[in-house]
Amino acid sequence: MSINITGVNKKFGDFVALDNISVDLPTGQLTALLGPSGGGKSTLLRIIAGLEDADSGTLTIEGNEAAHLPPQKRNVGFVFQHYAAFKHMTVAKNVAFGLEIRKRSKAETEKRVAELLELVHLSQFSHRLPAQLSGGQRQRMALARALAVEPTVLLLDEPFGALDAKVRKELREWLRRLHDEVHVTTVFVTHDQEEALEVADEIVVINEGRIEQIGTPDQLYDEPASEFVMSFLGPVTKLSGRLVRPHDIDVHTTPEDAQGKHGKIVRLLRVGFEVRLTVELQEADHPDVEVTVTRATQRHLNLEEGLRVWIAHTNGARPVVPIRIVSG
Amino acid sequence: MATSTYTRDPAPVRWGLRFVTISYVVLLVAWPTALVFKNALADGVGAMFDSFKDPEISHALFLTGYITFFAVLINLVFGLTISILLVRYDFPGKRLLSALLDVPLSVSPVVVGLALVLVYNGRDGWFGPRLESAGMQIIFSTPGMIMATVFVALPLMIREVVPVLEELGDDQEQAARSLGANGVQTLRRITLPAIKWAIVYGVVLSLARSLGEFGAVKIVSGNIAGQSQTATLSVEETYQNFEQGTSYALAALLAFIAMACLVIVAILRPKEES
Repeated sequence: MSINITGVNKKFGDFVALDNISVDLPTGQLTALLGPSGGGKSTLLRIIAGLEDADSGTLTIEGNEAAHLPPQKRNVGFVFQHYAAFKHMTVAKNVAFGLEIRKRSKAETEKRVAELLELVHLSQFSHRLPAQLSGGQRQRMALARALAVEPTVLLLDEPFGALDAKVRKELREWLRRLHDEVHVTTVFVTHDQEEALEVADEIVVINEGRIEQIGTPDQLYDEPASEFVMSFLGPVTKLSGRLVRPHDIDVHTTPEDAQGKHGKIVRLLRVGFEVRLTVELQEADHPDVEVTVTRATQRHLNLEEGLRVWIAHTNGARPVVPIRIVSG
Repeated sequence: MATSTYTRDPAPVRWGLRFVTISYVVLLVAWPTALVFKNALADGVGAMFDSFKDPEISHALFLTGYITFFAVLINLVFGLTISILLVRYDFPGKRLLSALLDVPLSVSPVVVGLALVLVYNGRDGWFGPRLESAGMQIIFSTPGMIMATVFVALPLMIREVVPVLEELGDDQEQAARSLGANGVQTLRRITLPAIKWAIVYGVVLSLARSLGEFGAVKIVSGNIAGQSQTATLSVEETYQNFEQGTSYALAALLAFIAMACLVIVAILRPKEES
């Protein structure tokens, strides 16, 4: 049982949002739909939720044909990027909404709301209005609200996009822990590859309406199926006609390695513990190479702008070898 | 709101603007209205209420109240429905409809009245004869007056509600749907409470406008004192018949009611937070 999507197409006027998408999302798994803005991932999510209709294709949720069901009959919980909080209701009433619609008893509703507020650490705010909460708190409320009705599937549309970096990191970890506890099939959309790599069990990379690759974070990072996937999931640079990771390049101040290429550091930028070098190679017509080293390495080798260096791809590191375009 | 200390207009400009604004409000609005009240109360409050006891006047007041009540009610229902339709749905001809809905504000009410007479009059109107033979008289009777009043006040409700609906966005409504609410539940629990103050303002403005309607109602009603004459029409008639005292009293009453509504709403409305 799971979410099964087959041959889904969606166009907005002339713009093709989704082009023959087929994917299976197993039950209980935390899946990320990852890709650049405008790639189609939000559209796919909304089609699963019933907030958009596909032009063609089938969708089944837990074995039930869902494409023709309105959102209220699909039993999916949806969390919006901008919270979609019911501004005129208190936090408790927001969370209780789905239960009140289903005409649960007052006692049952109160109990469940208290449970959920406890789960998301918002118990002391139950009588506040959403306007009195911070962004992160509002999103936790939105999550509690979506979970209140025990949905079959939890869908999150760039849930942390509107929050600042620190809160985003906290909530990311928090979502992962929540999923470990609650185990509901979860799908979330993000354009932040770090978020996907950190949180998801499996990632579906979507670009220009098509699936580029499906796999675990490790698979996607170590065995990218295409240049797009490799460059989207992490920094890349070209070395000798291959795409490599900037941190998989060794830097020497003396010509040790026969394979090493000679060049000069033209730019040095320190960001936190990373030091990013731009190396202009002696070789003609080769683009500048981006190399990332640790601060310790930089200090050890006394790297600075203008210094002559020799760079080579680290032994044991893997460059991209396009295996197949879409893995299943 | 904190005052900005970044760049302020120089003092003469600020005071100049304030002077212009205040002069405008005083000369065109405040002073004439104050004079109406002054003249109405010139012979004392008792005399003012006595003039209302005249049977023709009290009928006019009753008729105004009756028409205003139904006009505001119809505007509430229609205005809300059309606003939701315009903002949340797409259909061919939507932009045309939107433009047409502003017509009552730009067209002279006299023209409105005349148009209604042309369509609904009992002798040679489009619908009039048929309706009259079914027992419904529109022109020279209360239904026509209600229609005229509804027409001129309709855009007011829509113009209050539409911007608020647009700014609200439909995220909340989508969230409600995803939680299991159907269309009616979403409307009742989410949409209407969210726009409640826009609706209240729309009602108040419709009320004030309906109370004060003159031209359209005059043509449609036939202006027969004691029968189809509203308060505003009475103001004109009594003034022309040299019964200025009554005229001022009625005018003051109408102005007072409209202002009272605005004041009540201003007091009731909680402070907006941006």
